[in-house]
Amino acid sequence: MKVHEFQAKQLLAQHGVTVLRGRAAATPAEAIEAARHIQGSLWVVKSQVHAGGRGKGRVVGEVPPDVIAQAARGGEGLPGKGGVRIARSTSEVGDHAKALLNKTLVTRQTGPGGVTVKKVYVEEGCEIARELYVAMLLDRSRYQVVVMASTEGGTEIEEVAARTPEKILKAWVDPVTGLGDWQAREMAFRLGLVGKTVFSFVKLLKGLYAAYMAYDASLVEVNPLVVTTAGECVALDAKMTFDDNALFRHKEVSALRDLSEEDAAELEASRWDLNYVKLDGTIGCMVNGAGLAMATMDIIKLEGGEPANFLDVGGGATRENVKAGFEIITRDPNVRGILVNIFGGIMKCDLIAEGVLAAVRDVGLTVPLVVRLEGTNAERGRELIQQSGLPVITASSMEDAARKIVRETTRVAAAAGTERS
Amino acid sequence: MAILVHEHTRVLCQGITGGAGSFHCRQMLEYGTRLVAGVTPGKGGQRFEGAVPIFDTVAQAVAETGANASVIFVPPPFAADAICEAVDAGVELVVPITEGIPVNDMLAVWAMVRSRGARMVGPNCPGVITPGARCKLGIMPGHIHRPGRIGVISRSGTLTYEAVGQLTVLGLGQSTCVGLGGDPIVGTRFVDALELFEADSETDAVIMIGEIGGSAEEEAAAWIQAHMTKPVVAFIAGATAPPGRRMGHAGAIISGGKGTAEDKFLTLEAAGVHVVRSPAGMGHRMREVLQAQGLL
Repeated sequence: MKVHEFQAKQLLAQHGVTVLRGRAAATPAEAIEAARHIQGSLWVVKSQVHAGGRGKGRVVGEVPPDVIAQAARGGEGLPGKGGVRIARSTSEVGDHAKALLNKTLVTRQTGPGGVTVKKVYVEEGCEIARELYVAMLLDRSRYQVVVMASTEGGTEIEEVAARTPEKILKAWVDPVTGLGDWQAREMAFRLGLVGKTVFSFVKLLKGLYAAYMAYDASLVEVNPLVVTTAGECVALDAKMTFDDNALFRHKEVSALRDLSEEDAAELEASRWDLNYVKLDGTIGCMVNGAGLAMATMDIIKLEGGEPANFLDVGGGATRENVKAGFEIITRDPNVRGILVNIFGGIMKCDLIAEGVLAAVRDVGLTVPLVVRLEGTNAERGRELIQQSGLPVITASSMEDAARKIVRETTRVAAAAGTERS
Repeated sequence: MAILVHEHTRVLCQGITGGAGSFHCRQMLEYGTRLVAGVTPGKGGQRFEGAVPIFDTVAQAVAETGANASVIFVPPPFAADAICEAVDAGVELVVPITEGIPVNDMLAVWAMVRSRGARMVGPNCPGVITPGARCKLGIMPGHIHRPGRIGVISRSGTLTYEAVGQLTVLGLGQSTCVGLGGDPIVGTRFVDALELFEADSETDAVIMIGEIGGSAEEEAAAWIQAHMTKPVVAFIAGATAPPGRRMGHAGAIISGGKGTAEDKFLTLEAAGVHVVRSPAGMGHRMREVLQAQGLL
């Protein structure tokens, strides 16, 4: 699960991480009020969206379409026109908020469609001496949390890793002792920090680790971490993502979930315990098990089609789940054909067949449907389909199934083309 | 001998009285597994299916029955604790089936498992089966397997069944099938399982089924190139998966451009592994490889 920058900062601040004063706002008036409350003479108005690359993003309608397209590919910065803007008066704060709120922001991470900015975060400005980078996440080969730091603050870590990997410092945390002060100090010295800044850095890093563990985060990233001219380390930006499997014990984190940032079909699928990821192709698929579901997408592609989605109905799917999954797939307007691929282990194929047939009867079937059933009660499942009298095509293997659905989808598309002409 | 589990494996089940635990324990008994004990705190003294004694603690179960392997069906919030209990009681092989254990719980659990020298397969896995010994710890359908000389290792559940199904249809039986699990932290990785299969006199060749995310397949490729004499056939799921999206399994995600199927295919190919690009071709490719090497 992801949260917004201002939410991440609230969580981090509770664990001793220094952040600047700021307030979230949903209207220009609220933004002006926030700036007055914060006081000072310099503010930053930051779009609150889950996607990264906000600074170099562009607002649809404010710049020509070719500049928007460039932003989606990761264009260069254009001061004053990005998703993060500097204001020198409260009225300028209001202007920026107006220019960003309820507008579509396109960044390298949002894709060409962009996302709607529902909130901005108004934050006080600060005097920056240096920009650094720090992050924590699981190192999947060592099975330990790795702390990464770099002098290249403000640059995306993937870019640093590709160009100058030697500039990324790493330290691994022993789960028994936690992050040691010594590890944080060593990192501070290697980053070239001196004097009291070293200890400010240690405090910040320990705070990040405490928050990482306390909330079951899967990523904490501060980019940039700035050293102010007064020598203090401050989290200027903050990104946190959380382990979905641990949300059951973090009501305070679950409460921060912003459903408007999530795909409606994926949300509905999760309510039915279905794992659904929308893709751009035309062949919908429903499969039991994540690995087999990915493999089914792969074989559709190998046979010349394009998968419209990933859908894992899980190991304990019921007739109702299967029906719900089927409905979610058919609602996707791009879908021109559906492939159901089930290898029944625990899951019984006759139950799957019943669910699919029930869905076809209720929802109707406007596109070709190929069903491949294998494993437990497969024979019975195939019989049910054949006896139903519904136009469902059965397949004898995974390859046969993929071939049939690609052929049927192509045939229907060709027929539709003939009709139109 | 096969690997990990065999005739002498004395199995206990933690969470034997729960919905999933009781269903799968019945299946394991039916398959022929020597299920000698169950553990459910507070239900000690009862019997499962009128035959298998239930204990309050793993330590009691081990002391009274000599159980040396544990299959775990405890729900996610309590599963990490269950693994620790089994390891502390001296159980040599721990197989947590549970899906959805918080990964930070596993950081400390892994440190303990390793310090005690225990072996863990999973979590979030279908388990381990040795068809020749009629020994199954997990949730895979027993009937699709047949005894033989092919080792199967996989990060997936049903895709493993697909591979096993393809082998069985072609008359190629399995020595042991190991579901490694779909989580970022799993006790046994490809390298560990390959090492066991390489040393096993009852295994001629191995099918390995990977997926996007992490670098376990790349580590396996390096190990295969340096140490493996037996042929390996490999498939990687997720060539069509978009970057940055979690594909069902907690560990199946391409992050920062790392962990793509294409990279894994190329690395394995370069290490001399017989790579198949289609999941439908795993069994056929294995037969070709065995024929070419005079093993069939």
